[in-house]
Formats: sequence, structure tokens, C-alpha cells
Amino acid sequence: MRRILKRAFPETLPVLAGYIFLGIAYGIAMKVRGFHVLWSISISVFVYGGSLQFAMLEPMSRAAEMFAPLTLFFLALLVQARHLFYGLTMLEPYNRAGAVRPYVIFAMSDETYSLVCSGAPRDLPENKWYAAITALDQFYWVAGTVIGALLGEMIPVEYLTGIDFSMTALFVVIMTDQTRGAMESVRDGSMTLPQALFPPLLGLFGTLLGLLLAGRDSFLLFAMAVILLGFGVFYQTDRKSSAKVQREGRVKKP
Amino acid sequence: MSLTLKWIIQILVCILATQLTRFLPFLVFREGKTVPPFVTWIGHHLPRACMAMLVIYCLKDVSFAQAGAWVPAIVATVVTSLLHLKFKNMFLSICAGTGLYMILLRLIP
Repeated sequence: MRRILKRAFPETLPVLAGYIFLGIAYGIAMKVRGFHVLWSISISVFVYGGSLQFAMLEPMSRAAEMFAPLTLFFLALLVQARHLFYGLTMLEPYNRAGAVRPYVIFAMSDETYSLVCSGAPRDLPENKWYAAITALDQFYWVAGTVIGALLGEMIPVEYLTGIDFSMTALFVVIMTDQTRGAMESVRDGSMTLPQALFPPLLGLFGTLLGLLLAGRDSFLLFAMAVILLGFGVFYQTDRKSSAKVQREGRVKKP
Repeated sequence: MSLTLKWIIQILVCILATQLTRFLPFLVFREGKTVPPFVTWIGHHLPRACMAMLVIYCLKDVSFAQAGAWVPAIVATVVTSLLHLKFKNMFLSICAGTGLYMILLRLIP
């Protein structure tokens, strides 16, 4: 096991930096809202999903006056839906993972996926490799959460006002990366321009529409419905246009 | 219902939804089953719509009644995105964006 951790650790260094930092931001955000560190730790261990944990902050701190577990459930499903596709990619290797299989599925994350999706080194036992990467990543996240909670304890709250913006900044950064990636795919021809632009615009305007029509307390369900409906419609036209591209491609080829 | 119980329910709900998305592929697509094309397709495109939704969700309390209620959030959001486009460094973008927000919050009434 030591040999495997020694090899896995350097691979996880970028995740170490990112997770400790975001974990600290999360730990502080929870502390500022008055949650005991045990809440933050439990959430980081059992929910273990950065975007969702930040999105949960507001529903949790307003639970006294507004309690809507069903909305939260759908929000969580939508925010975490991408895990379905990580699972699909890892079906075969994780089904071979034996005793660690439940844990590596339980503690999947964006960053862990980026490290395990290319497989394990040939000279190491595959299941232990996946377990080591997954456990190290989760350890960084929980450690960051604890450090953040301690920092939040030491620094007076009035200095920390506004630090919650780190959550907005995180989502903005991810969205910027995603859009940049999509535009690169347009340039190399693996994605069409409508495919690149439609999803973020649907997300933006669907949510704004919900905010205008349903108000700031209950717009999320509305927004999610608009987004899913929009994707349903877009799928039809997208399938037609890509079928057309394929047909024309075939005609040209002889 | 006590507040603690509400929090526990909220956390359990999030655990359930999260683990559903993590375990479902392994329960549904056992050996030899093919994945429906719509599932693959929406998996490719949903995350980008989702992040856009979350950004708006974070900005939902912005009000245009007075400068102090919208300038810090909007300016910091734009600056964060521009910094990230230029330097591609998550740490820098988030720290600078959050720092700027905290400063503007204190400067603008």
C-alpha cells in the first residue's frame, strides 16, 4: 500500500492545491453562517461534492424560515448529474475493483475522475491504485474543510463579510473553463457552434426567466424544468442537423 | 420541526441525490447493455447549462436599487471571468475575484 501511495501522491498534487483551497473556502463559508465544524466535516465526508456543498449553503442557513427538501433534491440531482457519465466511463474498471468498488463509486469527484479515467499504471494493482487516488483526493477536501473552519473561528466575522463570493467565483471559473473548452471543440470541428452556445445560454436565460416569473425563493425548480425542456427540444433539432451533416458527408465521399 | 432535524434531512437529501448519480450507472448498465444516445448526448451538454444556472443562482440577491447592491457582485463576476480567460489559474481567479468583491463591498455604499 505504501508503494502505491508513494506513486499516487505526486499524481494528486494539482488536486491537493485545488481541494485544500476550495475546502478552506467552504469551511470558512460554513463557519461564517454559524455552523459547527462537525456539520462541515460530515457534509464533506458524506456528500463530498464541491459545487453542491456550496449550493447547499443558502438552503441550510435559511432552513428555519424556508424548508424545501424536494427542491433541494432536484437541485442536487441536476448539479451532480455529471457523475452519471463518470460512472458510465468507469463501468468496467470499477466493476473489476473488488472490495474497494463501493468506496471508489461513493467518492467519485470531477478531479478524481480526471485522474482515474485514463486507467492505472500497468505495474500496479488496479483496484488499489483507484482506491489510493480517490482516498487522497477526499482527504485533501476534508482537510481543507477543517482548516477553513479553524480559520473561520480565529478571524473575526466582520473581516470575513463577502468571502462567500468565493462560491460565485468558483462557478464563474468553471463556466469560463467549460465555455473555453467548448469553443476549442468548435475550432477543431468536434462540436458545432449551436452545441457550444446553446447549453450555457439555456442555463442563463432559463434561470433568469424563472427568477422573473417565480421570484427568488422558488425559481430553481422552474429553471430546472425550463432547462430540461429546452434540452428536449434542442435534442430533436441537433439530431436532425447532425444526421444531415452525416448524410451530406457520405454523398461527398463517393 | 427542530432546525437540527431540518439540517439532517437536507444533508440526507443531498447524499441520496449524489449517491444516486454515482451508483446508478453501475446498477442500470450491467454487462453488455448499451447506453441510450440521449443519455450520452445530454451528459455532454448538461454540465454547461448547470453551471450557468448556478452562477445566476449565486447572483439572485443582486438588486439594482442602489449601487452597493449590484456593483460589487457584477464587477467581481466579470473580473473573475476575465482573469480566468487570461491566466487560466483557478487559485488566482477565485482569490482576486473574492478579494475585489470584499473591497468593493466596503467601499460602495
